[in-house]
Order: sequence, then structure tokens, then C-alpha cells
Amino acid sequence: MNNAPDNFIIEMLGITKDFPGVRANDDITLRLRRGEIHALLGENGAGKSTLMSILFGLYRPDKGVILKNGRAVSISGPNAANALGIGMVHQHFKLVHNFTALENIVMGMEPTRLGLLRTDQARRQVLALSEKYGLRIDPDAKIEDSTVGAQQRVEILKMLYRENEILIFDEPTAVLTPGEIGDLTRIMRSLADEGKSILFITHKLNEIKQTAQRCTVLRKGRSVGTMIVKDTSVETMSELMVGRRVDFSIDKTPAKPSPSPMLRVERLTVKSGRQQKPLVRDVSFEVYGGEIVCVAGVDGNGQSELAYALAGLIPADAGRIYIAGKDVTRSPVRARNMLGLAHIPEDRQRYGLVLDYSVEENLALKSYFRSPFQRRGFLSFAVMRAHAERLMRGFDVRAAQGPATRARSLSGGNQQKAIIAREISELPNVLIAVQPTRGLDVGAAEYIHRRLLAARDEGKAILLVTLDLDEALAMSDRIFVIYEGAFAAEFDGVKADARELGLRMAGSGKRVD
Amino acid sequence: MDRRGRFAPLGAGLASAASSIIAILVGLAVGFAILLATNPAQAVRGLGVIAMGGFNGGMKGIGQVLYYATPLILTGLSVGFCFKTGLFNIGAPGQMIVGAFAGIWVGTNASFVPPPLLWAAALLAAALAGTLWGAIPGLFKAMLNVHEVIACIMCNYIGMYGVNYLIKNSNVYDPLKNQTIDMTRAAIPKAGLDNIFFSLKGRFHDASSVNAGIFIALILAIAMHVVLNRTVFGYELKACGLNRFASRYAGIREKRGVMLSLAIAGGLSGIAGGLMFLAPAGGLHITVVETLLAQGFNGIPVALLGLSNPIGIIFSALFVAYIDQGGYYLQRLEYMPQIIDVIIAVIIYFSAFALLMRQAIDALRSRLNRRADKRARGAGEEPV
Ligand SMILES: Nc1ncnc2c1ncn2[C@@H]1O[C@H](COP(=O)(O)OP(=O)(O)OP(=O)(O)O)[C@@H](O)[C@H]1O
Ligand SMILES: [Mg+2]
Repeated sequence: MNNAPDNFIIEMLGITKDFPGVRANDDITLRLRRGEIHALLGENGAGKSTLMSILFGLYRPDKGVILKNGRAVSISGPNAANALGIGMVHQHFKLVHNFTALENIVMGMEPTRLGLLRTDQARRQVLALSEKYGLRIDPDAKIEDSTVGAQQRVEILKMLYRENEILIFDEPTAVLTPGEIGDLTRIMRSLADEGKSILFITHKLNEIKQTAQRCTVLRKGRSVGTMIVKDTSVETMSELMVGRRVDFSIDKTPAKPSPSPMLRVERLTVKSGRQQKPLVRDVSFEVYGGEIVCVAGVDGNGQSELAYALAGLIPADAGRIYIAGKDVTRSPVRARNMLGLAHIPEDRQRYGLVLDYSVEENLALKSYFRSPFQRRGFLSFAVMRAHAERLMRGFDVRAAQGPATRARSLSGGNQQKAIIAREISELPNVLIAVQPTRGLDVGAAEYIHRRLLAARDEGKAILLVTLDLDEALAMSDRIFVIYEGAFAAEFDGVKADARELGLRMAGSGKRVD
Repeated sequence: MDRRGRFAPLGAGLASAASSIIAILVGLAVGFAILLATNPAQAVRGLGVIAMGGFNGGMKGIGQVLYYATPLILTGLSVGFCFKTGLFNIGAPGQMIVGAFAGIWVGTNASFVPPPLLWAAALLAAALAGTLWGAIPGLFKAMLNVHEVIACIMCNYIGMYGVNYLIKNSNVYDPLKNQTIDMTRAAIPKAGLDNIFFSLKGRFHDASSVNAGIFIALILAIAMHVVLNRTVFGYELKACGLNRFASRYAGIREKRGVMLSLAIAGGLSGIAGGLMFLAPAGGLHITVVETLLAQGFNGIPVALLGLSNPIGIIFSALFVAYIDQGGYYLQRLEYMPQIIDVIIAVIIYFSAFALLMRQAIDALRSRLNRRADKRARGAGEEPV
């Protein structure tokens, strides 16, 4: 019997959820139609992930009810959600790090015969799924060795493998390349055509335009309203979300590069532990103070390893790295940092933060050992607190309980802002920024872009590694395209053409030697 | 999932203590089941005796609790300190015995040290030997990536057999009793505690063995608390334990941290061994047998029950020593000594395990919450 008016498959009515110090969801009502793609839009910390986690049974609402097909349901946990046909792609992936991609995808749903695992069958199913949806994975790669983009694809396949009828995507596109995003939106549309109902969180308004029928906007835990996407302009959506107009245009003065390079890389080669094929092949380039140099490429072409090698987190197999003229090829991380290297890492939860430390402890992660943070071996918590308060104000890091909040309980975007605040405030000579605006709302992304440009104009050397073509074009003075570990082309940031850049990233055209 | 959320008004510390206490009750319940199984007639009285713990013996009993708690606080700190750094130090028995032997040897042979300071020199030797014994697995882990559990277990056996050999071939051996000689000159001072913790047997002062060691243990626990929570060193070690990728990213030398924390843990266990065995005639001696020291292994449940928090460890060590004393007095009833050992071990280890199953308890609690929700909301709920 289906007594739901208007054929709503899920209704979340009057949902309220409190966390210590903050009402993350305040009387939110959200109705999902069968077969629709429903976008959820809101600033960092607006409560999107919390609302979706409630639907997936990870949190219990303090108030409110959830109806499925018009009947109240109690969703006690992910298993109950699965039983109700609800699946979720998590913003911070829930993957087992020392398992392979394949194991993660089939986990808990392994096909068995007579109690024995049928790996061959699982493999075939997963590869077919990966083929069908164009989500490239290496089924045997361990998650801990995979790039964030690869982990994202595994996380998506994991949900698709479960064949749910209600699909929640929490920022699935934040670490995908434009081509992959196109594929994913196509997948979502075809899933919706098959009758599945989709909830989709993204900060990229054009993605909402391309896929969603309706969009609910959250602001500070409250629902501001649900709108029909095709009748609403991008500007209106962002204004509703942020509460002010967002200026998307960035005006950039011409670069004034320093006379000598701040970062110099000579014929750098990086191999991975297991494979003999180098991940970074014979790469040479310089970044001068006062310019932003971008490494653009499709995920998995070596840009992650390039950044880790420069930061000293993985060893270089050949070649040299110089920071401010000093050879740091064999130097430990601390020595590089002391020479003025800052690094916004690709994987914010693995490298960027100690999640169980407070925000103030995390904001001191690069400076705790220096005066005035340290005095005779003792930490000064007062200095740490003041430092944190200043950065949190400057970068609008929203934490429910101020500097003492556990980093773990920050929303994804606010975790990212905390890392950026720390790294920029270290007054670096060289900043390696890997996907710095991953998961930031449009207002925050705009602000971070301005801060990066300001740092550049102060004479810092910035190496921007991004998958986002728009970001590459808007920010860079020079762009290198990385393909299969080598630099395949160089573009002038002002003259670069998006189409040609895209082609080079996909590997067509000749290489520069 | 929202554990923190629900507990926050109570305060995290209180919530942790509550879970430890629940764990202890579970342990006692299992112990009671064994009492019932082995001797039903006296089971209730037996449980009473165990629960009375050290109080069975008046002031002397309380003194004994403090005496036995002393090495447990230190091995608990040793294990707990490593837990904080993400390491599992199962090597406390070896570190203890090596420390104890070094202490006894110095206490016997360091004739150049003025006698009033002999015990301190001996204890220092115990600490150094324990540090060395802890540094070995640390070195293996940092340099060769050998898992510390493997290296610690090997060091336990090497330490135990090595010390047996050394005792037999040195002047600290008492062949008649097959144990080390009395440490009359280098005994840990009583610091007047024997005038507080004694029982009167007629006009005879039956003093407990408690000595200044308990003060040393308490001071070290507080020092450990300060190191972990207030110093740069503690910040780095905890960061390694919580997220070693992020700590590498921050430029923390992880290998150095691994080595130092196992070395420090070894030092603490070494002091535990020294405090235990630097004892005069009435106290404990190293017997030349092929068993590892239980006090070393008991550092693990002590650290678990104390949630690796130095202050929590003081209390959990007192609890374990207290229950242990209860076992001692259980001999008054008709329980065989072996059964008593089993019962006490069961109580201690089940308490620790129960704590590990905290998640199960949490799950139960949220189910109860849910049932309450359901009642409040009334009918119309679809079963899931
Ligand atoms: N587990 C938690 N414990 C405490 N507070 C939390 C927890 N999870 C979220 N919060 C708080 O709830 C609020 C909403 O967070 P949520 O993660 O839902 O935001 P979001 O809309 O998904 O943001 P983002 O775009 O940054 O991912 C934030 O203030 C956050 O600090
Ligand atoms: Mg989120």
C-alpha cells in the first residue's frame, strides 16, 4: 500500500540534532521523490553530512521522524539502512586501509558458495560494474597505497555494488577530474531513470544545474527552502546558501617572479615500493617567488607522489630537489619545513590532521616545538589557544566548542580550512597546495583563492596541484600537464585554453622534451 | 557513534571511570561463577572475602595492598605509556627481571657507595638495565620494522633465562633456597610506613612489607601525567600514537619516538623490578624458576583498566592489588591455592576484557534509548 502523497519515497520530518555546543540540524524537513535527483546545498558546517548520516543510521535524531513510503521507520544503524535500501557514499570514506579495493567493495556482501569465498565471481562483478560506469580502479591495489581520487571511486563502487534504491552521495565530486565528474553525473542520471532516488551533496553549483531536479538549501542547521533547479539561477542558489552575493571573478595582477627560484626540481624520479614502473618520471621545473605554478592532470598520473616527494614524505629515487637554493633531496620533513616549506596535503584526514587532537593542537602541528609555543620543553597552552583563535577567526574555521573542539567533529570543509590556515600562516617560502579547495563551499573557496593570490603577491612560491580545470585556469601563472608521471605540456596561465588543456591531460598530443 | 555527544554533560573522565567500574563488576560476576562451580557452599562467603580485599587483614592488609600495588603501578605505567604511543609493550616481565637483577647485583657489590645510599644506587641500576632491555625491541622496531610484540616476547625469555644463569653464577645466589640472597643493606627504606601499617598479634608488631616504593611509584605516575599532557615530548609521542602519518607530516621523528617510548617503558618496568626485589629477609626474592613474572603481565590489565591514563593507572593498580589480597585471604576458606589463582586472574582479566567490549555496552545503551524513543512516539513503527 502506498499512501504517500506525491510519491515521496523518503520524508525526513522536523529533524533536529544537537552536538555539544551546536545544533547541527534544526527542525529540517526534506522530502525525496521517487526517481529524482535531489541536491543538498549549504555552507561548510551547515549540517548536510549530519542530516545524511541520520538518514543512513549513523546518528539518531534528537527530534523528528523519518518516513519511508509514508510509514515511520527507525534506522538504528548502517545495517538497518541497508535493509531499507539506503546506501551512502561518505564524505570521509569508510574504507579499510590495509584491504584491497576489491575487498573493500564486496565486504559484507561477499558471494560465497558452501561457505567459501568466491573471489573470482566477486572480481568479475566488480570489474563489470567499474566498466559499466567508467570508474577506473585497480582491484588489487591496497587502499593505503591509493590516491584520494582512487579511494573516491572505490567508495562509489562500494555503494553501487549494494544495489540500493535510495542513494546518498556526500560530496562525491570533490576529488574527481572534470571528465570523471561528467561520467558520474551521467551515472546518476541513468540510475534515476532506472527509478532510484538520489540525494546529492556538492558545492559545485553547475553540477547541481546539470543533474538535479530539486535542491534543498541549508544554512546554519536550518532549511532555507527547497527549489526547482531549472527555475533558479546559480547566483540565487549561492546567495540563499551564503546569505550574501558571491563574487566569482578573480582579478589577478601579472606575476612578478623573484630573480631566483624558491623551489627547483631536477630530473626527479619516484618509484613506488612494489611496482618498478616509476610514478614520477624525470620531472624538472622551477617555481619562483611571486608566482603560482600549477600541475594539472587526471588523478593517478603521479601528481600525488610528486607532491609527497617534494614534502619529504616519500623518498626520491633519482634527481634533486632544492628549496631556497638548498639541496633537500635527502633531508627529513622537519628540515624542509624549517627552510620554509608548507604543504596542504591531498589527504586531509590521513596527513593533515591528528583527528583526536583538538583544533588548537592541530593548528600548532607545525610550530609546537618553536618558541613561544614551547618553553623549556613544556607546551604553552595559552599561546596555542591564542594562535588558534586568531587563525580560526582569520579563516572562518567554525568549530562548535571553539579551539578545544576535537578536529574529528569538525565538518569536512572546516577541517580543510583549518589545515589551510595553519599552512598559510607558517609564512612559507614555498607552499605546495594539493587540491586546496577540496570540499569548500563557494564562499570559502573564493576566500582561499584570494588568500593564495595574496601570498603569491607577497612573493611566496606556490605549487598548486589540482584536478579542477577551472581552478587551474583561474589561479595559475604557468601550468604543467602531468601525464603518466611525466610533464606532457606547459601552458601560460593567462593564454591557456581549457579545451586544449583537457586534451593534453587525457594524453593526446606530443610531449615536451 | 555519538558516544561523545551523549556523555558530554557527564564529562569524559567520569564516563571513562564509569565504564571501568562496570568492567570490574563484570569481572567479579565471572569470578563468582567460578567460586560457585568449585565450592558452592562457600561461594557467597568467598565473594565477600574477595570483595573485602585488603581490608581482611586490618592495617597490615591495607599496607600489603600498597606494597603489591607498587610494582603494578609502574608496569601499568610502562604498558600504558606505550599504548599512548601506539605500541604494545608486552615486555614488562623481562624488563622487570633484568632490572631487578641489576639492582640486586649493585646492591650487593657496589661497596664504594655509602650504605645509606646503596638502595638508591641499586634502584638506579635497575632503571638503567630496564631501559636497556626496553630499548632493544625499540631498536628492532625502528630499524628493522620488527613488530614490538615479537621482540618483547623474545626479550622476556632471554631476560628470564639470562638472569637465572647470572644469579647462579654470581655472589647474589642463595643455593639452599634457590633464590637471591636477602638485600638487608640495600633494602628500600620503610620511611616509617611500618609504624602505620601493622597488625598487633598480642604485643608483637606484625608489620606489612610496604615501603617508600609506593611514594616513588606515585611520583612517577604524576611525572608521567605531566610529561604526556604538558610537554613537547608528550605531544609528539601522542601524535605518533594517534596518527603516525600526520606526525611524519609534522616532521616528528617517529623512529626516535618509538625507541624512546619503549626505552622509557623499560625503565619504568626495571624500577618496578627493583622496588619489588630489593627486599630484606621477609620480602620477595627472585627465585630461579622458569616462569615470567606475573606482575609484568598484570601491567596490561592495569593499563587497560586505567585507560592508559597515569592517574587512572594508580587506581587500577590499587584495585588489582586489592583483589589479589582478597585472594590471599580466600585461603582461609576451603579453596585450593591453584583455584584461587585462577579466580583472581579471571577477575582481573575479565575486567580488562569487559572494558574492551565497551562498544558492546554502548550498543546496548543506545538500544535502550531507542526503545524509550519508541515508547514515547507510540505505534506506527515499522520493524527493521
Ligand atoms: N560527530 C560530531 N560531533 C560533534 N559535532 C559534530 C559532529 N559532526 C558534525 N558536528 C558539527 O555539526 C555541524 C554540522 O556539520 P556537518 O558535517 O553536517 O556539516 P556539512 O554541512 O556536511 O559541512 P561540509 O560542507 O564542511 O562537509 C558542524 O558545526 C560540526 O562541527
Ligand atoms: Mg559534510
